[in-house]
Amino acid sequence: MPRANAPRPSSEEVRTRTEEVLAAHAHLEGPLLPILHALQESFGFIPQDCVQTIAEGLNIGRAEVHGVITFYHDFRDAPAGRHVLRICRAEACQAQGGTALAEATLARLGLEWHGTTVNGAVTIEPVYCLGLCACGPAAMVDGKVLGRMDTARMEAILAEVGA
Amino acid sequence: MKVWLPRDAAALALGADEVADALLHAAQARGIDLTLVRNGSRGMIWLEPLLEIETPEGRIGFGPVTPADIAAILDAPNSHPKALGLVEALPWMARQTRLTFARCGVTDPLSLAEYEAHGGLSGLRRALGMDAAGIVAEVTDSGLRGRGGAGFPTGIKWDTVRKAQSARKYIVCNADEGDSGTFADRMIMEGDPFTLIEGMIIAGLGVGATKGFVYLRSEYPDAIDVMEQAVGLARQAGLLGTSVLGTGPAFDIEIRVGAGAYVCGEETSLLNSLEGKRGVVRAKPPLPALQGFMGQPTVVNNVISLATVPVIFEKGAAFYRDFGLGRSRGTIPLQIAGNVKQGGLFETAFGLSLGEIVDDIAGGTRTGRPVKAVQVGGPLGAYFPRSKFDTPFGYEEFDGQGGLIGHAGVVVFDDSADMLGMARFAFEFCAVESCGKCTPCRIGAVRGVETVDRITRGDADAIPLLTDLCETMKDGSLCALGGFTPYPVMSALTHFPDDFATTRKAAE
Repeated sequence: MPRANAPRPSSEEVRTRTEEVLAAHAHLEGPLLPILHALQESFGFIPQDCVQTIAEGLNIGRAEVHGVITFYHDFRDAPAGRHVLRICRAEACQAQGGTALAEATLARLGLEWHGTTVNGAVTIEPVYCLGLCACGPAAMVDGKVLGRMDTARMEAILAEVGA
Repeated sequence: MKVWLPRDAAALALGADEVADALLHAAQARGIDLTLVRNGSRGMIWLEPLLEIETPEGRIGFGPVTPADIAAILDAPNSHPKALGLVEALPWMARQTRLTFARCGVTDPLSLAEYEAHGGLSGLRRALGMDAAGIVAEVTDSGLRGRGGAGFPTGIKWDTVRKAQSARKYIVCNADEGDSGTFADRMIMEGDPFTLIEGMIIAGLGVGATKGFVYLRSEYPDAIDVMEQAVGLARQAGLLGTSVLGTGPAFDIEIRVGAGAYVCGEETSLLNSLEGKRGVVRAKPPLPALQGFMGQPTVVNNVISLATVPVIFEKGAAFYRDFGLGRSRGTIPLQIAGNVKQGGLFETAFGLSLGEIVDDIAGGTRTGRPVKAVQVGGPLGAYFPRSKFDTPFGYEEFDGQGGLIGHAGVVVFDDSADMLGMARFAFEFCAVESCGKCTPCRIGAVRGVETVDRITRGDADAIPLLTDLCETMKDGSLCALGGFTPYPVMSALTHFPDDFATTRKAAE
C-alpha cells in the first residue's frame, strides 16, 4: 500500500483504477464499502478524484459518496505514514495501564492522535478495542496484533518501524 | 509428535508465531516428526501462548510459552516448570459448560473433517429433515436470546422473518464486536468458524433465506482471514452453494468488512452500512425482521447467537434450555478482562454471581490491589461496586440492578481507577462514535465531557446538570449508544460519589 511521501497518483491512474474496482464489485449488493476498501488498498487513501467516477458508476450523488467516505474512521483523505500504529484506548486496556502507555508513546513521538512523524515512518491512531481485552494494553502495527504492551516493548516496536 | 499452538489473535499478540518458528526449528534439529496444528484458543489468555502436546493420557499443556522454553519442553516435557498437566483437567476448563465453545481450541479451525468428527454438521443434518416452522420452534423452545446484548428471543425474531412474505430474505450476522471487554465473537470465528457457518445455514432454512452476510469489523484482520478461508472451504465441500449438502435449498455467505465505526454494531446502522450507506441508525419500526437489508425481511443475529444454534439442534432444545436461571436459558460465554489475574473466556450456565466471577474465577486483580469497580456489558454497561457482587449473571437480574449484561464482557478495575475519569471517557467515546442522527447523543456527548470537566474543576452545580443530561440522552436517543452512555456515567456517580466529591473538596 502506498504511504506518505509517495508521489500522488495522477487523475488518469485514479480513474482507470476506480473503473476497474467498480467493475470487479458490480455484482455485489450494496457494493460501496468493498469498493472504498479496495481503493484505499490501491492508493493508501481515497483520492478525491474517485468520487465522481464512483457516483457515476453506482448512479448515486457525489455528496452521498463523500458522506460515506467521511463517516467511517477507516477511510483516509491523505496517505498514512509507512506504518500505522494503533493503540487501544478502550476501558479494558485502560484498566491495565493503557492510558499511560498511550500518553508516553504520543509524547515520545511528539504527536497528537492521528499524527504522522516528520520522517513519514509512523502514523499513530487510537482504536477502540482490538478484542485483546484479557492481555492488554493492546496495540496493532499495520495488521499485526500486540498484547501486554509496555513502554520497553513499545520502544522496540518504534525502533523497528523507524520512528 | 502432534502438538497444538493457537492462531487466535490473543495468542499471536503474545508471540505465538515466534514460538511456532522455534518449535519447528527445534523439532527439525532433533529429528522429531512434528505435526503442528494451529488451533483456536482454549480461552485461558493468561497462559497464552499455550502449547499442547498429545500423550496417551490426553493433551498436556505448557504456558505461557516463549521461544526460549521450547528446547527444554521437547527434551524433558514432564519436568518443565511451565508444565500444566492435562489441559482438560485444569480447574478453568473443568468448571465450564462448553456448548457453543465445545470445539474452540480443540480442533483445527479450518478442518471440516475434524469439525464433523467433533459433532459438527449433525445439527444441520437434523434441521434438513425438519420443516421451517419446526426449525424455528426448536430455537424458540431452547430459550435462546440474543447474545449481542439486547436479549431478544431469537426464535421470535426468526418466526417474524419466516412469516414475512418475500421472494428474498437475508441472514445477517453481526460480527461488529466493538464493545471493550468482549472477544467471544473473535474467538469463535478464529477458533471454530464452521459453527457460525452452520448456524447461519440453519437460520436460512428456518426463515427461507438463501443469502447470508457476516459483517465483520476491520479491527479483526485475523478473524477476517479465518472466516474467508472457512467460507471457501465450505463452498468446496458443498456445505454452501446451490444446494446445502446436496439435499437442501441454496445458501451462500459473503464476508463484509466494516470500516471502523462502533455504531455499526447497532443492527440498523449495520444494515445501512452493508447497503453501502453511512452507518446511521434507522428508526424502528419497521423492524429489520420485516424491512431489513435492501428493505427485505432480514434476521440480524449476533455471532454467538448463531454459533449456538448448531449445538441446540445437535443436542435438542430441552438439553440447552435446562441450563440457566430464570428467563436466561442455556450458557453464556463470559469474557473476563481488564485487570485480572486470570482473564479469558469462560462459558457457563447463567446464574453465577458477579463476585464468584471476579474473585473466584478471575482470581482478583493482576496488580494484587483490591477490586474497585467492574464494568459489565461493554462501554455502555454500568460500573458495579463490590456491594453488588451478589448479583447473579442473567438478563433480568442485571437489569434489576441498574445494569446490563450486554455481550457478557466483564472488565475489572483495581482501586487506582478514577471513576470521574471513566465517566468522562464514556462521553468522549460517545462523541467520537455517535452517528449524529439524534441530537441528545450527538450534542449531549460533547456537553457531557464539558460537564464532567466542570465537576473536575470543583463546580458542584454541574452534578445535577449531569444527571439531567443523562435523562435526556436516555429518553431521547434512538439506539443504545446515546441511550445507554448514561449507564456507565450514572453508575459511576451513584456508586462512587467520593470520586466526584473529592475533586470538589480539593478545589474548595
